Amino acid sequence: MVDTAFVIAGRTFRSRLIVGTGKYSSHAVMAQAHAAAGADMVTVAVRRVNISDRSRESLLDYIDTSTIFILPNTAGCYTADEAVRTARLGREAGLSNWVKLEVIGDERTLFPDNEALLEATRTLVREGFVVLPYTNDDPIACRKLEDAGAAAVMPLGAPIGSGLGIQNVNNIRIIREFARVPVIVDAGVGTASDAALAMELGADGVLMNTAIAGAQEPIAMAEAMKHAVIAGRLAFLAGRIPRKAYATASSPVEGMVGR
Amino acid sequence: MFITLNGDPFELEQPLSVADLLARLAIDPRRVAVEHNLAILKRQAFGEAIVREGDTIEIVNFVGGG
Repeated sequence: MVDTAFVIAGRTFRSRLIVGTGKYSSHAVMAQAHAAAGADMVTVAVRRVNISDRSRESLLDYIDTSTIFILPNTAGCYTADEAVRTARLGREAGLSNWVKLEVIGDERTLFPDNEALLEATRTLVREGFVVLPYTNDDPIACRKLEDAGAAAVMPLGAPIGSGLGIQNVNNIRIIREFARVPVIVDAGVGTASDAALAMELGADGVLMNTAIAGAQEPIAMAEAMKHAVIAGRLAFLAGRIPRKAYATASSPVEGMVGR
Repeated sequence: MFITLNGDPFELEQPLSVADLLARLAIDPRRVAVEHNLAILKRQAFGEAIVREGDTIEIVNFVGGG
């Protein structure tokens, strides 16, 4: 069975699994996890250089940018202005005009402030950015972001780092049905079955960080996630059986001995 | 003279270019973005942009994140 290519803003990615670079025990472990995941796009944050401690290794020493595409995020931004400023800095520091746009509405849940997110999306699209907004599982919010020029929409499965999996299965399915841009489930994945489910619902990709970095064996989990995303995508393309309330036997009823 | 560098006071003997400031801090200019008094500098402009007393400089880079 041949799949269509995974294309965002005209760029093709081999892997439908996008991985973060945060929370690993070391940069070396992170690099091995990226390799095990088969990721060809990873997210990074934009932060002040530590002026006093210059001894720390650079993250970029552990990412082969000739094979892995770097997607800067605007994590930690609570206003459209902060997010736009961070996105512009990320563009200037980096290798592209792509941004994973986050405008956070609440510190405990890290849920997006969709109103500010929409405003920031409009500004950045106007400035020529390729905007991938982290949003919630609201099909109307996703539609508005798409209409504002977002190159993809990234609804959360559950709060960032929560590991709760897909909280609103039906909404993710509806988002994929309505959207005319790629849908990437971003945030809340806990284990492999969550990623597979996202793909079975029709998501074009899955983005995760904590599920891999926080696992007891991150490299093994990265490999599990690679298989989960592939399996879920194939299951989606294969067309599942309908759900029924009662049984339909798999073996024939005729020809039983003794009947 | 004092400037504000990444949120903290920083002392310099005299004005210098952003490029020279980065060199003094042993920061690779290809891996950072610099904001000078809230204006983001293009990398090509690092040599011409002069840091003077009272200026605010932000130097950022990529770190791990989700």
